[in-house]
Amino acid sequence: MLNHKKLIVSHAPFWHNGSNITVRSYHTMLAAMPAVVFGIFTYGMPALGVLSLSISFAIIWEFLINKITKRTVSIGDGNAALIGLLLGMLLPATSPWWLVITGTLVAVLIGKHIYGGIGGNPFNPVLIGLAILMVAWKDYFDFNQALVNYDLGFAMVYPLAAAKHLGASGIDAFSTMDLLLGQQSGAIGTTFGLGLILGGIYLIIRGFIRWEISVSFLVGVGVTALLFNMSDPSRYVSPVFHLLTGYTLIGAFFLATEDSSSPVNFIPMLIYGAGAGIMTVLIRNIGSYVDGVVFAILLMNLINPLCDKIRPKALGKVV
Amino acid sequence: MIKRSFIGLTKPLLKYDAMDVKTPAPLVIQPSKKVTLFLDKAFNFKDTILFKIGDTVKTGQKLSYSEDSDAYVISTVTGTISSITPFDADYGKTYTAITIDVSENEEIDDQFSTLAKEPTIDTLKGCLAFIPGNLPIGLFSSTDASPSIETIVISGVDRDLFITTNQNTVMVDGKAIKQGVQILKQITGIDNIVIVSPDYLMQDAGITGAEVRVVDPEYPASLPHLIMRDVLDQVVPAGKSCEDMGVFFISAEAVASIGKAFSEGQIPFYKHFNLIKKDGSSILISARIGTPIHDILNAFDVTLNDKDRLIIGGPMTGIAVFSDDYPVQPDTDAIMVQDRDNIPLVSDYPCINCGECIRICPANIPINLLVRFLEAGQYEEAADQYDLYSCIECGLCSFVCVSKMPVFHYIKLAKYELGRISNAEATNA
Repeated sequence: MLNHKKLIVSHAPFWHNGSNITVRSYHTMLAAMPAVVFGIFTYGMPALGVLSLSISFAIIWEFLINKITKRTVSIGDGNAALIGLLLGMLLPATSPWWLVITGTLVAVLIGKHIYGGIGGNPFNPVLIGLAILMVAWKDYFDFNQALVNYDLGFAMVYPLAAAKHLGASGIDAFSTMDLLLGQQSGAIGTTFGLGLILGGIYLIIRGFIRWEISVSFLVGVGVTALLFNMSDPSRYVSPVFHLLTGYTLIGAFFLATEDSSSPVNFIPMLIYGAGAGIMTVLIRNIGSYVDGVVFAILLMNLINPLCDKIRPKALGKVV
Repeated sequence: MIKRSFIGLTKPLLKYDAMDVKTPAPLVIQPSKKVTLFLDKAFNFKDTILFKIGDTVKTGQKLSYSEDSDAYVISTVTGTISSITPFDADYGKTYTAITIDVSENEEIDDQFSTLAKEPTIDTLKGCLAFIPGNLPIGLFSSTDASPSIETIVISGVDRDLFITTNQNTVMVDGKAIKQGVQILKQITGIDNIVIVSPDYLMQDAGITGAEVRVVDPEYPASLPHLIMRDVLDQVVPAGKSCEDMGVFFISAEAVASIGKAFSEGQIPFYKHFNLIKKDGSSILISARIGTPIHDILNAFDVTLNDKDRLIIGGPMTGIAVFSDDYPVQPDTDAIMVQDRDNIPLVSDYPCINCGECIRICPANIPINLLVRFLEAGQYEEAADQYDLYSCIECGLCSFVCVSKMPVFHYIKLAKYELGRISNAEATNA
């Protein structure tokens, strides 16, 4: 018995399709790259600074929390870096350093780790971080004020603010093509519509996000905005404008689709996506905030466990 | 190993291996020194066992455990019994392992040839429990309490990927299956016998005299519960077995073995199975039941190193064993060797709720919720609310899990633990 070979014994199945969390995180970051690179070229070094600080501090916080809670260090799975990148993309290029550091701490600690880490968070960690920053220091999120020293050769007024305060007459300066190609002011990684759409399509094709959520979110935004627009075209702007401005596209492809806080069954995904889309336009058009994506998605995160109860009948279930 | 495709929107396509018409006949391997047979009875020193170390046995001789037990094995070689030991298998199952040293001159026991002239249920139960293909004895030992069997389904398809045993039997041994079908009809009185096969074998399956039905060539369509649903249009309620529904599954190889046994007057003892090598190539082999695996690996120059994995069965549903002394058994459909560099390991990461398992599960189980309860050991809740017993045990959830959780392992463990609890409750009541 002594010269027996020591074989590995484990339970079936003995194959795995090779997918893992690291690949998933890095490909999501890759998909965000067109919009990120465009943002850096538009806003220059300050944008790069905000993004670098955000990514590095998200990783540092994750590492420290891992150490303090005596868990395995999980920065290798790329999730912390992804949180940092997405949070950075949602901030204006002029954000002060302490805002970024506080935001990442809130996102990683309160958004993710107090629920037990990856997979346990009921809300999107990025949006938790951003929501707390928006409520606490709302002046920094007034993009007109934040970007007052920039002149990039196009109308530097924040499109959603113009639409909110001036109605349809305020958005004459923006053509659909300009919005799609990023000729609008806003947060670092959210202005280049085409880049976000391309990234989103890449993620959908690779199966890293669930297309049902993205599509139903966009349909929700579009249909609700269309209804408002039809009721009073002078006050409420067109659905295309809503789809291409603010956080709509990054919300549809990168925020609403966060795994742990979104449903997985078909009908719940449609309810979740459409609900977030509808709420977004409601907040934008009749709420007090200029953009509603952040709170709309957080609100729908809340109903996720409930609506995921709508599921197909299991094989042989007798009830 | 089949990897995730670049386009992750589509489900992975796991096709069953199809037989090539030009496939050569299975290569026959002879046991070199000894064979080991597993007798389905826990070994106990106090029992008066009807055989002992040093006894000479003939090929085909029946070795009964004791006077008051039905358990027996059929010796597949001529030789001397060299050891009788207890053997603990998976899930608390215990066997008596009988090792026989093979002698050079083979003598055939003729006890069965006289019984074979008149096929009866008793002959089948008393002599053929150990035939290649694993005869489900439950079919013939019906009591008043057990459900009545209305349909027998012969599997002309194989349970797992890479395996072609049953398909090969349908292709080559159609006549033996036909004889087996007649004998089954005659002694059980069940007329409704169905053979399921992939569509390219319909012609071959047609000559067996059983009703032919076609099964999808994509994994996991050949698992009994899915054959019930897709081919027979009967859904097995969660927690019930196919037998409870009056349908009995038997492999094509077992039916062919029954046919051969009665027509030739000799118990067959060559088991066909696939050897899946480290490079993923698969060859069909024929060896006596009881042949140790290292004999087979030696014959094909497969070297086994430390930290490799040796699997009885296919890549999805097989069982890993810890020693290459393990013998070929009546239900061994494949022996798979994995190199240590190709072994995907599981991790202790939690579920990230990506939904891959939900999309691939053929039984629509809410695995993302189920696994959270299983991890916490809340098996009863898992069974009551999250459809634990709907699982048909295909293993696809673990195959696609992004977190590499051992989902299938959790499910089997939960079922086993719940089974133990209900057994204990039944005993104490």
